[in-house]
Amino acid sequence: MARKLLLEHINVPGINTFDVYRSKGGYAAVEKALKTLTPDEVVEEVKKSGLRGRGGAGFPTGMKWSFLAKPEGVERYLVCNADESEPGTFKDRYLMTYIPHLLIEGMIVASFALGAKTSYIYVRGEMMPQIRILEKAIAEAKAKGFLGKNILGTDYSLELYVQPGGGAYICGEETALLESLEGKRGNPRIKPPFPAIAGLYGCPTVVNNVESIAAVVPIINEGGDEYAKLGIGRSTGTKLISAGGNLKKPGVYEIDLGLPVEEFLYSDEYCGGIANGKRLKAVVAGGSSVPILPANLFMKTINNEPRLMSYESLADGGFVSGTMMGSGGFIAYDEDQCIVRNTWNFARFYHHESCGQCSPCREGTGWMEKVLHRLEYGHGKMSDMDLLVDVSKKIEGNTICPLGDAAAWPVASAIRHFRDEFEWHVTHPHEATTRNFGIAHYADPLPKLEATAS
Amino acid sequence: MKVTIDGFPIEVEAGTSILNAARLIGGDIVPPAMCYYSKLEGSGGKCRTCLVQVTKGSEKDPRPMPKLVASCRTTVMDGMEVKNITSPEVIEARKGVVEMLLINHPLDCPVCDQAGECHLQDLGYEHGAAKTRYEFDRRTFEKIDIGDKIQLHMTRCILCYRCVFVADQITDHRIHGILNRGDHSEISTYIQKAVDNDFSGNVIDVCPVGALTDKTFRFKNRVWFTKPVEAHRECENPKCCGKVTLWYKGEDVIRVTARKDEYGEAEEFICNTCRFDKKKTNDWVIEGPRKISHKSVINSNHYDTLHPLPVVKTNPVLMEANKEQFERETRL
Repeated sequence: MARKLLLEHINVPGINTFDVYRSKGGYAAVEKALKTLTPDEVVEEVKKSGLRGRGGAGFPTGMKWSFLAKPEGVERYLVCNADESEPGTFKDRYLMTYIPHLLIEGMIVASFALGAKTSYIYVRGEMMPQIRILEKAIAEAKAKGFLGKNILGTDYSLELYVQPGGGAYICGEETALLESLEGKRGNPRIKPPFPAIAGLYGCPTVVNNVESIAAVVPIINEGGDEYAKLGIGRSTGTKLISAGGNLKKPGVYEIDLGLPVEEFLYSDEYCGGIANGKRLKAVVAGGSSVPILPANLFMKTINNEPRLMSYESLADGGFVSGTMMGSGGFIAYDEDQCIVRNTWNFARFYHHESCGQCSPCREGTGWMEKVLHRLEYGHGKMSDMDLLVDVSKKIEGNTICPLGDAAAWPVASAIRHFRDEFEWHVTHPHEATTRNFGIAHYADPLPKLEATAS
Repeated sequence: MKVTIDGFPIEVEAGTSILNAARLIGGDIVPPAMCYYSKLEGSGGKCRTCLVQVTKGSEKDPRPMPKLVASCRTTVMDGMEVKNITSPEVIEARKGVVEMLLINHPLDCPVCDQAGECHLQDLGYEHGAAKTRYEFDRRTFEKIDIGDKIQLHMTRCILCYRCVFVADQITDHRIHGILNRGDHSEISTYIQKAVDNDFSGNVIDVCPVGALTDKTFRFKNRVWFTKPVEAHRECENPKCCGKVTLWYKGEDVIRVTARKDEYGEAEEFICNTCRFDKKKTNDWVIEGPRKISHKSVINSNHYDTLHPLPVVKTNPVLMEANKEQFERETRL
């Protein structure tokens, strides 16, 4: 059983209240950081830990913090990105619902490290219960002197605010989030300048994912070097994976990075295998925007090495035979799932959520959705697959923000790996509306873990 | 700062965008711009037609940029090397963008007042394919009158946001903006309120397509049948420069617009009195005929067959990419 850092006390009754959280060693990181460390030392610890951004891109958090411009007399801000709306990802919501003080503790330490006097948690608008939980937690922390003026008797003061979002996926893009936080329409800004130079209200700003900020707490408690011992290679520490789809035990799991995917999928400690005794067909490893992989390519890399749950191993093979860690939204598909329908569903999501600012994404996402809809309902043509690949290429990389890429990758990868299924939808239009293509050769040889050591 | 665009070196000031550096060089290497407007702060970066490839970041950091960048919003660095029409990737990406811009555009040029001075028309003619691959319904909107002088035909809009910037920066208070998101987003006023402002007419001039049209000129004439003449008057409005182009048909002034430079940008903005109310010759001091490029449809009365640029004839990759066009040339 691997060690849990974030979810260690998740099952303690009442952990969402300040007193229980404190009695389990909570807010020790705040005490340690504010009383014994300087802000630069905190940044140094995070750098040493090798923590990489948990929101999707995997950019080292310590590096991001050290890029923050520090001009005299200008406010600096820390913004927590809790606008989690990627299909398949629900780890941040879980964290905020059950252990909100962990996030607040992380926010205090991170704000101290960056010298921010005001910090914001931008929560997705649909997560109203979580917003109330956070506000209650903030009030508790403030009453105990962990927020507000002169925290713990030091001369550091911090105000923490929760901002409900407008309910748009695009507001999870960091510059769109800042626009939305400023009260404007949530359109991504054109970079440069990056938020580290001119972010919220034109001031230097750091935007971090909920999980990245929460991970600062164990890093400060145990030291960056200790944290870096967990994990594998440049993927250090633990990661929350929100597993969903046709699994026996879907849910949020904290894993050490570097866990073999086979163990994650089939061991009883984690997902427990595929539900109803079916076989695995495909996996989306990190939320809807990463490339989908068929079972055989997901289990083993193209060099026939077992794949691990780490940033590097999942990306092994590039876009030809690899995928990405993304935000940790793990979706498994069994043999009865239709990849065409799933791709259409994703495309529909991105069409709905495109902000409409730049032309390739605004027009291209709608076009892809319509073509996929036609394919799914048996009115497609053989040329549609090439058309989709071409349109996705025209979108990818030519847009202001990564939403264009996120919309293009699932479509391009589904056609790359499941082309025969798309073709079957064209050649058998009547069957395509009544039954599914099935598993074909994607799961051969069928990987299955023998009795798991529990 | 020295920057090289398609092999042409030029010295520019720090902070200049690649697009403006290219405009200083001029000629075929200037990237097209549908949303960038040099007079409007913050515009640009949205239409993605001006994408270019940066093959060398700067003298200090010679790494190329990983993606194509929007030249209107990327500032030059010392020693930067940029490829525009010499890069097959750029030509391919631009073709893609033009195709995307056109899939929801009604292509009603025969009845559109903007035809002849429409940037999208020029762009489509130059970079677009003759046939569309889009086989679905196009989005449509009802026409809206915003005020008694301006009509909004949202179906034609390419969402360049220029008019929003005009409303933000030229007029006193902003009452129109973007509603909704994605391909159903639209320009609109707050609950269809009329735009009532001295400078609101400038949204017509900045619109690259026929989405915002002058109701005093609608369906009066095709632009290529009119004669542009430069004129000025002493305008009472202190913010208005009073320098305009009058568009004559016979003896009558049928339209007044701001003077536009070779990139279709108004040199200075004019007020609504000059634009809509002063339509008699004796209101104005005539300066002389407006110079119109001989390539323009306004001058030659028809669209010329586009000759491929010289570089296209020498680069085998570009030749392959423009094969259809060569075939069309020989057929004609």
